[in-house]
Amino acid sequence: MLTKRIIPCLDIMSGRTVKGVNFIDVKDAGNPVDLAIQYVDQGADELVFLDITATLDKHVLLTGLIKQVARHLTIPFTVGGGINSVQDVSGLLNAGADKVSVNTSAVNDPSLIENLAGHFGNQCIVLAMDVKLEKDEWYVYTCGGRKKTRRRAIDWAREAVERGAGEILLTSMNHDGTKNGFAIEITRQISELVNVPVIASGGAGSMEHFAEVFTDGKADAALAASVFHYREIRIPSLKKYLKDNFINVRL
Amino acid sequence: MKVVIIKYNAGNICSLQFALQRLGITTTVTDDPCEIVSADKIIFPGVGEAGTAMKYLKTKRLNYIIRSLTQPVLGICLGMQLLCNSSEEGNTRCLGVIPQGVKKFRGTLKVPQVGWNSICGLKSTLFQGIREEEYMYFVHSYYVEPGENTTAMTEYGISFSAALQKDNFYATQFHPEKSGEKGQLILQNFLNLT
Repeated sequence: MLTKRIIPCLDIMSGRTVKGVNFIDVKDAGNPVDLAIQYVDQGADELVFLDITATLDKHVLLTGLIKQVARHLTIPFTVGGGINSVQDVSGLLNAGADKVSVNTSAVNDPSLIENLAGHFGNQCIVLAMDVKLEKDEWYVYTCGGRKKTRRRAIDWAREAVERGAGEILLTSMNHDGTKNGFAIEITRQISELVNVPVIASGGAGSMEHFAEVFTDGKADAALAASVFHYREIRIPSLKKYLKDNFINVRL
Repeated sequence: MKVVIIKYNAGNICSLQFALQRLGITTTVTDDPCEIVSADKIIFPGVGEAGTAMKYLKTKRLNYIIRSLTQPVLGICLGMQLLCNSSEEGNTRCLGVIPQGVKKFRGTLKVPQVGWNSICGLKSTLFQGIREEEYMYFVHSYYVEPGENTTAMTEYGISFSAALQKDNFYATQFHPEKSGEKGQLILQNFLNLT
């Protein structure tokens, strides 16, 4: 039986792992290579690496660092941040990434998804969407959560999948960094709407939150950063907890 | 030992090269028939679309070369599917090494299947040291039904072939290069074949 995936996420800024609350106030969370190796040893199912400075100051992704991480990784590796073209993706795959995630550039030019999926296959393209609840409606934000768009989350999710996104990485800005739990309702809505896996992100604070997003939220995978970086939740204990609660995970 | 990875513009082979590097093996990535034929071990990887991949193989006449290989060959993911007779993906005629058809997942399942799933009914030297129900990493929208060449099975809505073997041709639907230490062990077992 296919298992639910636990995915640590490394937000990278200038070669270090960082973590912010509600997308602002970033602080240092350690060396990405060391963290990546630790997570593989602990039983992480995948790793995501987001260069959060990329879209803002347009600096080139740190392919050297990606290479260093990829050499050690025996599990799938997704890289995102500032990807605008087929060339960008080729560069990342050649550095050792298995999948890429696109966010702002896909909102600005949705045909980018078709273009990338056509070149590299749907399975390679993860659509990352940052969403925020405002007056009963979830909207898509771009530029690392700084720019509001008029797109509704469910419309964008549907369109992106039609265009060839192979997975959706859904981050709730209302929940991100709060440790009060994932955005269950919108995760469930999108997971039921689209026929591709949905990775829930933003708000993990306890093991119960993970169980909740897999059962009530219908997520296929759950992503978290600070609870893992700061060792508030250990992946082996989390997986044991999920298994004890009849959620199928890889142990 | 000379290990080549067949190049046919089918997605990313970098993580496969890294995985083999961790086992102390430097690989050559090539579509040159002479290089391929003279190798000790051949890996036929693949992420991508069946029709496009077969077209590329034909332009390089690699369809004939691959079929005639007598040394151990390991097909991975799309590589495994291309070793079969035909694929529903673009109604493609494939290499015909393994007499099986490739079908698309249907029904309410999420497609592609992405993630770790368990393999069972293990019947190949590739799986020496691998326990039943071990988890491997899968990413695919098409599958091969269980048949006489099946050497491992997995369940995703239905039972399908997680691995196949015919003579010197070995194949896995999952990605051993992305399946943790146990996946590394499968690659090592392949390299150990004589």
